[in-house]
Order: sequence, then structure tokens, then C-alpha cells
Amino acid sequence: MLNISGLKEGIVLDHIEAGRSLDIYYHLGLDKLECQVAIIKNARSNKMGRKDIIKIEGGLNTIDLKVLGYIDHNITVNIIRDNKIIEKKRLELPERITNVIHCKNPRCITSIEQGLPHIFYLSDRDTETYRCLYCDEQYGKTQK
Amino acid sequence: MKSIRHLLNPLDLSVEETDALLDLASDIEHNLPKYAHVCDGKKLATCFYEPSTRTRLSFESAMLNLGGSVLGFSSADSSSAAKGESVADTIRVISCYADICAMRHPKEGAPRVAAEFSSIPVINAGDGGHQHPTQTLTDLLTIRSLKGRLDNLTIGFCGDLKFGRTVHSLIHAMVRYPNIRFVLISPPELKIPEYLRDDVLRANHIEFKEVGNLDEALPELDILYMTRVQRERFFNEEDYIRLKDCYILDCKKMKLAKPDMFILHPLPRVNEISVEVDEDPRAAYFKQAQYGVYVRMALIMMLLEVEKPC
Repeated sequence: MLNISGLKEGIVLDHIEAGRSLDIYYHLGLDKLECQVAIIKNARSNKMGRKDIIKIEGGLNTIDLKVLGYIDHNITVNIIRDNKIIEKKRLELPERITNVIHCKNPRCITSIEQGLPHIFYLSDRDTETYRCLYCDEQYGKTQK
Repeated sequence: MKSIRHLLNPLDLSVEETDALLDLASDIEHNLPKYAHVCDGKKLATCFYEPSTRTRLSFESAMLNLGGSVLGFSSADSSSAAKGESVADTIRVISCYADICAMRHPKEGAPRVAAEFSSIPVINAGDGGHQHPTQTLTDLLTIRSLKGRLDNLTIGFCGDLKFGRTVHSLIHAMVRYPNIRFVLISPPELKIPEYLRDDVLRANHIEFKEVGNLDEALPELDILYMTRVQRERFFNEEDYIRLKDCYILDCKKMKLAKPDMFILHPLPRVNEISVEVDEDPRAAYFKQAQYGVYVRMALIMMLLEVEKPC
């Protein structure tokens, strides 16, 4: 059994699909933070079999919940204060995401104008499909 | 601040707005002199980053018919894009020179970028293989004028349905009318994109079928919309050569069609409609080009909020 010290104040991202924690670490820009971050891979889970967990020291403003919602809206976000869970945040698929995924359509205007943001809108909630705001190129969640 | 209206996608206009626009275009067709000065003093900028004779001239003709004037460029080489200027910067400058802008660009979404930064209405005059809303309005006006309705129709699209933006835009627009069926005639490589099939046709429960044989499809059609296989949309020349002459409509094939079926084509045509078909009264593609001017006149008036003359 691996022991990771408790968190006095911060965020615990729980129920991350096993093996995805490093992706999330970089997507959320956690590598750029000065605070302590613990990544736990392949933790045992009754619900999932195996799961990843990320513990982040600090306030909720350290992470972008929209990005997290896009990556996996089934992740549990626990807010910790004084070593206790004081709130569980519910994630949703965001209507719009900016600069999280990039349009790969060579005919899209974003392919030649480097300064443009890569904006995707949610076109189908059931299939979790996003499309480029400019060219409508489709990005299913399996392509992220 | 007053919001500016743009036309980037045919669906930017509701069905009611589209019908009102087509009504205005029909009135323009029958009373052209009445509209000769409604845009006096107004300027249209035609920003065409790729060659297009008829769309550009159609816009220019429309504005001149309304009493306005035109300025612009007809290729990226003759604009500051050749120096690396962004679409955003170009439109901010053009906004200082003109009252309305029609933009064609080889890259998809460029007119949307322009609209985000523009202080004048932007009309998408074609962006890559994506959308071509004024061609759609032209097609709607042509169909409504010739058939007397925009509902209860079986429409065949033939040729390049993958890159043919006119096809994509017209499908988007027609699914909003009741009892529309589509017959999609193309080689397997040039079928409609998946998003149209799933998000537009299936999502709206539209009856459609995808076939490879034009002869078999012809007898059931009310409208046949022919398209050119466009060389500029292919990265591979071999694919273009293999597919360019996959469908050729001639008088022999036209015998299979209904007597009141009309042929539309966004033009220019290459080989896909034999010139002998031009004499057939069902050939409506040159009339369609004329309707294009009327509908662009109506659109310019609508976006500039010009009142209809008495």
C-alpha cells in the first residue's frame, strides 16, 4: 500500500480513468504550478477496478473545470479544507472550449493564421461530439 | 452598440427571414427599375482571396443595380494577404472603406473570423469546401420560382458531394421545409461528409438515399442539382483525373427525367452537362445565374437595412 500524505487545503480529482492522469496533468497546466501535486496511478477502486487520482494543493482557481469537463465529465472533483471534503463539484461537458484541442483540418483558416484561438463547440451532447467553430470539423472524444 | 448582421451560413436566416428575402428578390425581379437608387452612396467591398468570376460579378452587378458602387480585390496575390496580413486586420481596414463586404476565401471559416472583427456586415461568398450561403439563396429562389414551392420535393445532387459546398449549404437549408427527399448521387470517394449525413439528415429524420447510378435516380427527381468535380479541392491530381468525368448529363439521359424536372448547376460547368442539354427547356442553370443577382440585391438591402421602396 502506497501512502500519500493528506491534503489540508486543495483539490482531489478522483475517479480518473486509469492511465489518463498524466494527460490531465498537462491539459490542466499543472506542470506550471508551484504548489504540490501528487499523481496516483492505478489505485484500486471498487467502482472502476483501477483509477488514477490527482491531489493538488491550493484553491479551486488553480484548475479550469471547463477543460476538465471536456476531458472527462465523470471525474469527481473534491474540494478539501482542513483535511475534510467540504464540497463535491459536478462536472459538465462545456458548451465551448478554447485552445484545448486543435483543428487538424488543413483547409481550416486556423491552419494558416497562427494567432487564432482554436475554438470548438459542443454539437452533440449524447455522442460528446465537438466541432471547430470555423470549419465544423468534427472531434469525437476518442480523438482528443 | 447596434449589433451587425452577417450572413456566414444559410442557417443564419430563419425560415421566415429566408421566405421574406425570397419575396423581396421576386419583387426585384419583376420591378427592377424601382430599386435602382435604394443604395445610392453605399459601397460594397468584394474581398475575393481566390478566383471567382461569376460570384464576384454577381455581387458587383447586384450592388450596381441598387445604385451603389463597388471596390475590392479578386485574388490573394493582389491583396495584403500576399504580405502576410491576417483576415482580422484586413477586414478592420476594409470596414473603414465600405458599408458591406462580400468575402470569398479558400480557407474554411475565414469569413467567420472576418465577422468577429468587422464593423460592417460580412457576407460569406464561399469559404473552401465549407459554406456558400448566397448560392443557397440563389438555389432556393430558383427552385421556388420554377416549381412554385420549397416543400414536397425530391432533390437529386450529383457529382462531388464531398467538397461541393453548394450542396452542403443547400441541404442545410432544404431540410427546414416539409417533405423533402434527397437522392445523393456520387462515386464512393465523393460522398457527402459524415457530419451532414448524421447531424443534418439523420438528426432531422430526412428521407435520403446514396446511390452511384445517375440513370436509375433520374426518373424520381423534381430537381437535379449537378456539380463540377473541382480540381482545386484535391491534394492529389491523380484522384481528380480519375473522378472528374464520372457523371455526364446528356440528352439521352434527360429522356429518363420527368417533363417538369429542372436542372440546376452552380456553374461553371466543365463536362458534367453536355452543351446539347442547354436547349432543353428543363435546363435552368443560366436562369439560375440571373436569380443570383436578384437574391444578392435583396440580401444587400436586408443587411444594410435599406427600406423597400413603395
